[in-house]
Amino acid sequence: MTTAASDHNPDVASHPSGDNRFKILEATMKKHQHRPDALIEVLHTAQELFGYLETDLLLHIAHSLKLPLSRVYGVATFYHFFSLKPRGKHTCVVCLGTACYVKGAANLLAAIERDTGIHSGETTTDGSLSLLTARCLGACGIAPAAVYDGNVEGHQSAENVLNRVKEWHENDSLTSK
Amino acid sequence: MIVSPLNEIVEKEIEARKPQCVRCCVAAGCLSSGSQGVLDALHKAVDTAESGSKIEVSGVGCLGLCSQGPLVQADPDSKLYTNVTPESASAVVADMLGRPVESPLPPQADLNHPFFTGQHPIVLENSGRINPERIEEYVAADGYQALYRALRDMSPTDVVTEVTASGLRGRGGAGYPTGLKWSLVAKTPSVKKYIICNADEGDPGAFMDRSVLESDPHRVLEGMAIAGYALGASQGFIYVRGEYPLAITRLQTAIKQARRLGVLGAQIFDSSFDFRIDLRIGAGAFVCGEETALMASIEGKRGIPQARPPYPAERGLWGQPTLINNVETFANIAPILRKGACWFNSIGTQTSKGTKVFALAGKVRNTGLIEVPMGTPLRTIAEVMGGGTPDGSAIKAVQTGGPSGGCIPVDLLDTPVDYESLAAIGSIMGSGGMIIMDSGNNMVDVARYFMEFCMEESCGKCIPCRAGTVQIHRLLTRIKNGDADGSDLVKLEALCDMVKHTSLCGLGQSAPNPVLSTLHYFREDYLALIAKPGTFPLLSLEATASAGQGETDGSNHA
Repeated sequence: MTTAASDHNPDVASHPSGDNRFKILEATMKKHQHRPDALIEVLHTAQELFGYLETDLLLHIAHSLKLPLSRVYGVATFYHFFSLKPRGKHTCVVCLGTACYVKGAANLLAAIERDTGIHSGETTTDGSLSLLTARCLGACGIAPAAVYDGNVEGHQSAENVLNRVKEWHENDSLTSK
Repeated sequence: MIVSPLNEIVEKEIEARKPQCVRCCVAAGCLSSGSQGVLDALHKAVDTAESGSKIEVSGVGCLGLCSQGPLVQADPDSKLYTNVTPESASAVVADMLGRPVESPLPPQADLNHPFFTGQHPIVLENSGRINPERIEEYVAADGYQALYRALRDMSPTDVVTEVTASGLRGRGGAGYPTGLKWSLVAKTPSVKKYIICNADEGDPGAFMDRSVLESDPHRVLEGMAIAGYALGASQGFIYVRGEYPLAITRLQTAIKQARRLGVLGAQIFDSSFDFRIDLRIGAGAFVCGEETALMASIEGKRGIPQARPPYPAERGLWGQPTLINNVETFANIAPILRKGACWFNSIGTQTSKGTKVFALAGKVRNTGLIEVPMGTPLRTIAEVMGGGTPDGSAIKAVQTGGPSGGCIPVDLLDTPVDYESLAAIGSIMGSGGMIIMDSGNNMVDVARYFMEFCMEESCGKCIPCRAGTVQIHRLLTRIKNGDADGSDLVKLEALCDMVKHTSLCGLGQSAPNPVLSTLHYFREDYLALIAKPGTFPLLSLEATASAGQGETDGSNHA
């Protein structure tokens, strides 16, 4: 990768690739002194910056931390938090923790799955919505809970989950017109 | 006793206190119900009422009754308002000032309800009282005094002896005596040692640790620093779940403030003791709650458990002696040193000392966090404090210990909560999740839910867990769908027994617990789904398929 050249000279004004997100990533690695044990922290930053972990990005990180790609790929695929595929424009996370489950979270999930035709962990073909599940958000007091684009909301019903998804869809089609 | 270096801060804090205080919960539960807006509205209302000098507005940690958030507490009248909206916030302020209330006041919770009176806060004593983002408030609430006292008056051995004498046991679930664990690490000679705080609260249905970290992060830091001093470690790590962004931010703030104040870092309180704490953020793997897997994850590897021994006390993080304790365990340390082992020892039962925080959730009226003395009967927690099920129907089961625990039937609800009693009835104390279930919850479905969880979270290293959980899940699915016969129950029991006894780590060893406990106490739920014991599976499959068809038709017509 061309970006590897900058590893030896982090003080350049802009990143040679033209993508300054690499600069922030580089700063994170530098903060951890490029230690291999910082791999998970670096992957967190990378995902935050780029949205998901592309193979080229994993290669770049492996090279910078002087780790075999197998190790980087192994870690990236082991933890649920890391996504190797791009996410949709909006994400809806349904909590399937015990408290939510006994209060009917499975029905929420089934309703969205039926409505959108995608399963948990998938993204709609038009890239507008990713449907995910979580193993307890710790929001058990307001179960069942769901997360819409990062905002946790409690006491959800199948009806208002579908409404939220529909709202996104309508707003997006308005802006695209 | 007030610590001299912190004296100034305490005095300033006390001086700055206003006669009235309105506290708004800004822990994650209430935040998701919109408490930030309520806090802003309270600020605005106090400012416009020109009562700034009389009323203090403060964002605090968890006030306990999470299901009815956003919660606002008005002091000194001790009124707890529930379901507060930004609109009703001004009414709260007007009421405090004794002015006419224009808009209706939000509903008020009864603070004499057993949910509040039955509690014995030690770990949660500051929760809902102090602003977790200000170290000064923690210091004013006797914070960092225990650390100061330990460094000034006690030798490391004294600290370990005190913790041992308190009878504190690990709050992560297994209940290993904390003092013993500490002394093992203290005895192992090494230049480098590590202290790890396990904040990877993975059990679905448990949110105690999250709440402690969000409401009173300094208490955990203080406990870790004391452990560092007692065991001769100068580096600590907090391994916190990535799913808890607010806890992460508050911990980062707390660590920064503690460093600035000099209660973390080099030469703490002018002693020769150095201690730094770094955060490690988990990436969503339940198995990382297992100590060897957690250490692998801190080292930047896949979270795969190792066979023990060697135990972490001997060879842990990077091969060095390591102490791993849970959040709640560390949160108990400072009060023990401050008030003495005898005080702590006097609370609880013969074998389980102190209190336990439970996250009460599921089909229960009062959902939220409670802290009760060990030995409190389950019935008191579920029926008296929790208020029973929301619709008043009978409780069917209480689930403790998450995917590693069991379902306790209603006729055993008089069991006291302590490590031994819960283990004797086939469950575990666990980290503190307590889910109430009613007749709407089929126990086969519950068992299958937990098995699905374990199946997905199995790291795949050992075969009994990797393959066993898949097979158990398949059997449970067959039973749930009515495709199973009597021989499947026998298979299920044998398989559970095998997985339990041959898996490498705690995840696999305890994965069959929910199945075994439901098979034991709720066998009728299983038998009801095995309609024709001994029939050929294919036959019953067809039978249930047509029966299911009939049902759908029926409901359509209805």
